[in-house]
Amino acid sequence: MRETVAEADRPVMLYSIGKDSAVMLHLARKAFHPSPLPFPLLHVDTTWKFKAMYALRDKVAADPAIKLIVYKNPEAESKGINPFDHGPVHTDMWKTEGLKQALDTYGFDAAFGGARRDEEKSRAKERVFSFRDRNHRWDPKRQRPELWSLYNVRKAKGESIRVFPLSNWTELDIWQYILREKIEIVPLYFAAERPTVERDGLILMVDDERFPLDGEAAVMRKVRFRTLGCYPLSGAVESEAATVEEIVAEMLLTTTSERQGRVIDKDAGSASMEKKKQEGYF
Amino acid sequence: MSRPLESDRDLIRTDVRAWLAEQEAKELLRFITCGSVDDGKSTLIGRLLYESKQIFDDQLAALESDSKRHGTQGERIDFALLVDGLSAEREQGITIDVAYRFFSSAKRKFIVADTPGHEQYTRNMVTGASTADLAVLLVDARKGVLTQTRRHSYLAQLVGIRRFVLAINKMDLVDYDQGAFDAICADYRAFASRIGIEDWAAIPVSGLNGDNVMGRSEATSWYTGPSLLEHLDAVPLDAAADAAKPFRMPVQWVNRPDQNFRGFSGQIAAGAIGPGAEVRVLPSGRVTRIDKVVTMNGELDAAVAGESVTLTLADEVDCSRGDVIVAASDPPEVSDQFEATLVWMADEELLPGRGYWMKLGTQSVTVMVQQPKYEINVNTLEHLAAQSLALNAIGVVEIATDREIVFEPYGVEGSSPNRALGGFILIDKLTNATVACGMLHFALRRALNVHRQHLDVSRETHATIKGQKPAVLWFTGLSGAGKSTIANLVEKKLAARGRHTFLLDGDNIRHGLNRDLGFTEADRIENIRRVGEVARLMADAGLIVMTAFISPFRAERHMVRRMLPEGEFIEVFVDTPLAEAEKRDVKGLYAKARAGELKNFTGIDSPYEAPENAEIHIDTTKLSADEAADLIVEQLLKRR
Repeated sequence: MRETVAEADRPVMLYSIGKDSAVMLHLARKAFHPSPLPFPLLHVDTTWKFKAMYALRDKVAADPAIKLIVYKNPEAESKGINPFDHGPVHTDMWKTEGLKQALDTYGFDAAFGGARRDEEKSRAKERVFSFRDRNHRWDPKRQRPELWSLYNVRKAKGESIRVFPLSNWTELDIWQYILREKIEIVPLYFAAERPTVERDGLILMVDDERFPLDGEAAVMRKVRFRTLGCYPLSGAVESEAATVEEIVAEMLLTTTSERQGRVIDKDAGSASMEKKKQEGYF
Repeated sequence: MSRPLESDRDLIRTDVRAWLAEQEAKELLRFITCGSVDDGKSTLIGRLLYESKQIFDDQLAALESDSKRHGTQGERIDFALLVDGLSAEREQGITIDVAYRFFSSAKRKFIVADTPGHEQYTRNMVTGASTADLAVLLVDARKGVLTQTRRHSYLAQLVGIRRFVLAINKMDLVDYDQGAFDAICADYRAFASRIGIEDWAAIPVSGLNGDNVMGRSEATSWYTGPSLLEHLDAVPLDAAADAAKPFRMPVQWVNRPDQNFRGFSGQIAAGAIGPGAEVRVLPSGRVTRIDKVVTMNGELDAAVAGESVTLTLADEVDCSRGDVIVAASDPPEVSDQFEATLVWMADEELLPGRGYWMKLGTQSVTVMVQQPKYEINVNTLEHLAAQSLALNAIGVVEIATDREIVFEPYGVEGSSPNRALGGFILIDKLTNATVACGMLHFALRRALNVHRQHLDVSRETHATIKGQKPAVLWFTGLSGAGKSTIANLVEKKLAARGRHTFLLDGDNIRHGLNRDLGFTEADRIENIRRVGEVARLMADAGLIVMTAFISPFRAERHMVRRMLPEGEFIEVFVDTPLAEAEKRDVKGLYAKARAGELKNFTGIDSPYEAPENAEIHIDTTKLSADEAADLIVEQLLKRR
């Protein structure tokens, strides 16, 4: 993070409100203490996040030492793009396009993201400093070799770099750190009675009245979320775990991997994340 | 998220906090795996992940279906598919980049850099090895030690890896035969001793069946050593060695929230530090003490290698990004010319003489690379003559940086490599691509353990006391052109105006300081370098210095120009045509040179390179010496 701030012109931290973002933000505060954060946070909003996520975001943004920018793709907004009617177009327009627009609008040339190499196979080869061309495209053949802890932050005007400070963290590292540093995370990670319905084998939470129920009644289930995104796309798991320790214990003793609850990866088989990255998805 | 070891599950159920505390205490070992395409490397790593229960049921289900679709093992699980990531390489059936995997044992966490075996991907292997403590070399039991095995050993050793595991794989295909294993060990032993690898162990394994991967196998009852994982659990770590070295912290960022706080943020590269410790800021050399070690979780009494901290200093000293804070009593060297090993990583070849960006620690400088002394054939380790270095070539070169940098030799016998201050990358100035990595051997100039002493009375103070702006008037021209005569007049005129001056005359200097030098090209260059250094010292003292030397070569005049602050070097070209100078021949030297009694005489049998953009151009065929002197004084004094 310090290398990026020292060498980039306009760095920004992508803030998704999830647990990895929370850890990344905490690390940033540590890296620059006692100075305030030398870059703003950017939330690329889809208008479909959980209410509890917006609540935590606004709480974080209330800190005078933090500047938060919220960006919504105006085209997606005007067309009313949503996950129920538009399928994969929802993620593409709100997130992928929205992110590109936000970076271009503000002229950010380096963006921190919370992705980790242990999440997914194509992430395992991702660089810590991931170079993107003028069109935000990721070319696996043009990535720079990273030796020792030396990062090449140089780039031409218009090009940008995505920086992944948590590259070498595992999910267990994240939870251990949240526990040790007492980092506040969205309560949705902890089990509670929530109104839910089942769709295509996933338990989805009915977070607001936009969820089309067609007369079906939401069922109260004790659930929690392993990953958080747009609420209609985030599958819940039934759980009793109400503390970080219980989550860790439950998670370690279960047998499904983290991204399982996400609809997004399944679009085009197992190579889908790589394809999304080439198109500019974070 | 990966699953815990089976043995841990009870503890997690009963006391997850205790289990988490155990996890935090685990050490981290980073290692690389290298082998050729068919050695079964991906299968072995997949097996390590599988056997240490690092695979979830859903991943296993995906693996089973993938195995049927893309796999090479028929109906059996193809563990390699757990490891190969990008779709392009699935199609090609080879690994094309460095991938990082994570797993843990009861004792340690591991990060595995999975590096490919193909010859054209040397750069990826070097990348993966740069952060590793240990290398696992895959050898196919049927094929034995191959050229690639030797190449990978050499490359790993080149980037400072000292510990090796020879994983002799596919033992199942040679019926777990001890003779085959022993023969390969003997072969490798001979090679290892030749290139100086001392710490290596051979383990007979089968990635496909899991023999000697986690536990010891019945099938190799003749083998009494540890399993692969047992061995990885036991090897010493480089981190411990780094912590025992003298303190070094490259400054990443100056932390200045307001007027009341000024700290220096960085990651400690070596040693330990605490409040009160005496430190030196390099390259300036200023000595001070640590005031506080600041972190968001409070001030620390001590911090060691690997920790990221912010230091405040007892005195207000100049210190910025790129400087290095070091133990005052045991500082590293500072230099601007080095010998280094380069690994070329770009499609465009090295261009000797071109300027590249060099990043070493947090220092970024321009560097010029000389034509390689030699290239190393990684297969035979022969030294070859080379004009340049192409993709994946390794060579030994001399490099020169445009300013002094703080460094340590990369490789240290018997200790961990100095990665932070010995390893560097080169960046193309046009494309911004990382084109090479390198490891510094040593500084080319001697006496570099002499550190610059910080002086409290600065050159500005010296100049202010004298009420003048220092300058070096560098008179250049042929022998007999009139340099000394005009310089002498200029000094008289300046002295009359109360200016503090000094005239360094070529002939006089050759009677004293430079009496050991002759007139060969090398000696003439050294002559000018010394005069340049003396002139600079005098300018530092606030004087207006005049030098009268033929100084025939542009490169040396340029060298002196670069020793001085911008605007202080004033080149005065005393332009007298050769015929005119020879006609005057005040000292009778031209006659001697023409008669062959004087060798290397400028203008006769040694060239004079006239200045192209001299600040002052005196045409002696038009101006008298006195007029020339007036012109120079006027030009000098109107300077701001």
